Amino acid sequence: MSAPKRPPLPAILLANDLLDGEVVFWTGSAWSPLPGDALVARDDEAAAQLEQAAQAGLAAQKVVDAYLVDVAVDAAGVATPRHYREKIKTEGPTTRRDLGKQAGLYNIAPAGN
Amino acid sequence: MYRYDEFDARFVRERVAQFRAQVARRLDGSLTEDEFKPLRLKNGVYLQLHAYMLRIAVPYGTLSSRQLRQLALIGEKFDRGYGHFTTRTNMQFNWPRLRDVPEILDLLADVEMHCIQTSGNCIRNVTADHFAGIAANEVEDPRPTAELVRQWSSLHPEFDYLPRKFKIAVTGDARDRAVVKAHDIGLRILRSKDGEVGYEVMVGGGLGRTPMIAKTIRDFLPKKDLLAYLEAILRVYNLEGRRDNKYKARVKILVHEIGAEEFARQVEEEFAKLDGPSIAADAQEVARIAAYFAPPAYETLPARSLAFEAAKNENRAFATWASVNLFPHRVPGYAAATISLKAIGEAPGDITSDQMRAVADLAERYSFDEMRITHAQNVVLPYVKKDDLFAVWEGLVAAGLATANAGLITDIIACPGLDFCSLATARSIPIAQALAHRFGDEKRQLDIGELNIKISGCINACGHHHVGHIGILGLEKSGQESYQITLGGDATETAAIGERLGPGLAADDVPDAIERIVNVYLARRTSGETFIEAVRRLGLEPFKTAFQEKTHAAA
Repeated sequence: MSAPKRPPLPAILLANDLLDGEVVFWTGSAWSPLPGDALVARDDEAAAQLEQAAQAGLAAQKVVDAYLVDVAVDAAGVATPRHYREKIKTEGPTTRRDLGKQAGLYNIAPAGN
Repeated sequence: MYRYDEFDARFVRERVAQFRAQVARRLDGSLTEDEFKPLRLKNGVYLQLHAYMLRIAVPYGTLSSRQLRQLALIGEKFDRGYGHFTTRTNMQFNWPRLRDVPEILDLLADVEMHCIQTSGNCIRNVTADHFAGIAANEVEDPRPTAELVRQWSSLHPEFDYLPRKFKIAVTGDARDRAVVKAHDIGLRILRSKDGEVGYEVMVGGGLGRTPMIAKTIRDFLPKKDLLAYLEAILRVYNLEGRRDNKYKARVKILVHEIGAEEFARQVEEEFAKLDGPSIAADAQEVARIAAYFAPPAYETLPARSLAFEAAKNENRAFATWASVNLFPHRVPGYAAATISLKAIGEAPGDITSDQMRAVADLAERYSFDEMRITHAQNVVLPYVKKDDLFAVWEGLVAAGLATANAGLITDIIACPGLDFCSLATARSIPIAQALAHRFGDEKRQLDIGELNIKISGCINACGHHHVGHIGILGLEKSGQESYQITLGGDATETAAIGERLGPGLAADDVPDAIERIVNVYLARRTSGETFIEAVRRLGLEPFKTAFQEKTHAAA
């Protein structure tokens, strides 16, 4: 998978978990299902680290479709994707608020699996 | 309906085992994503926005109760309690986990189903008229042909890596309900002057980025020559179709570039070289397949059902549903009932596991255990006694499935759009929902009459917008969703591609724009004239003027 072009900063790194397909976010040290855990890169050096993490995640068969997404960061420090596509990917279908991240379905693997 | 023989059953089981091993090798790192992707796609597994998606083939849209119950179980156990019927009459689950897919495939194999060739550059699920075997003027049930083509095309070694995907549809009726002219190959069963049954062969139709209406390359093909002729078409396409540019790789581009006449010439030349009898299916096998589609054990009934007439007189809601959602049956005393999956405000084509079970129960009890999925994302109970219609309707009411809007303005086709699909450029479902709310009033819908709105969330046109009477295409414009409106499309035997009315609109402006278009029709229609007839008579201009008034008002 070729590396997508770097978006404007600040940016976060997201992907889909290989096993389950769930959207996951790079925290700086691990992949988390929680959007709020995403590490926000504000400069080129930090963005390059996200790109490295993407390549490492793909190579380690942990995630698929990993790429950087530009975000707006509000006063409370919450990062939200600027583009509506990535916003929907981060939150869940706008027509089913009971599904996706917005519904609190945060477990990659439910207990027992 | 068709039942697997021992070879079919073994073939599907072996394929499940093969995919299970492929998933295991993906998970242990032996296969990279680039290596695995074509393998998963050949088994119907996509990666979408929020999760994987599994697309399950429903060949020519025919399902048994047992199969629908199994889909209900899969939806409940491995998904989020619902499924989605597509315009290719398949079922999609939007939330399965990759690790569960082999187990899901085993459950599907238990009921003679699979996901093979629901994706990838191969011959896809063959579709057919959802009123096959029912319509009075049908020459012949198209499903034995569709099943024959399905068997011939499954893992056909020569056609497993085509330049691009390839879709085939069959109708047995001059009145086309299977959109055959928007397919790579459309087959129409017809009778020659001397009474022989054969096919009109149409090639090079398709929607997507470059919409085209199929061209007839053979007016009459004897039945026995079907597979050899299909092989000749696919061979010409496989050799001559472009592989350098995926946007120009469909057979429609080849037919367009060299012309239908030259394409036909090449096909005929190839066909003449082929050893037809060695390609044609064995006559016994053809008869075996056809026998599965023999009519069910109908009772001899009077054409008029007193119970049905009485129920309509007593219950206005039932009478409305019956006037809108029933299709006349060739057998006296029976009707085909359309179950609308377009309840006002719901996502078109979505059905919950509980609803699947309710429909399965009704089909088992009242429709010879069979149902059809339509390309318009609805379900049909094909063989209901008129005497039983009220009981069926009551069952549908209890399941929230008795919406009386088949063929009306709120019976909207919509792809999943950006709420689910990673290819989408805009959302489709919210537009469908907003329009359903706007036009949901029963009296108003009935007054407007037959009107097809079709919505796609990207140029790939899964929502068939090009052939909608009103088509809506969702795109991205400067980081915002923008919707182009087309008018005058037609999905039937008089197929036509709709024309754009003007610049794209913001989502919030779409319902008003559609209302202005509809109002032109209401103001200018003649007695009994449908929307599409009025568009053809009046031309685009009055609608364009009304549409652009809206656009200017919004600017």
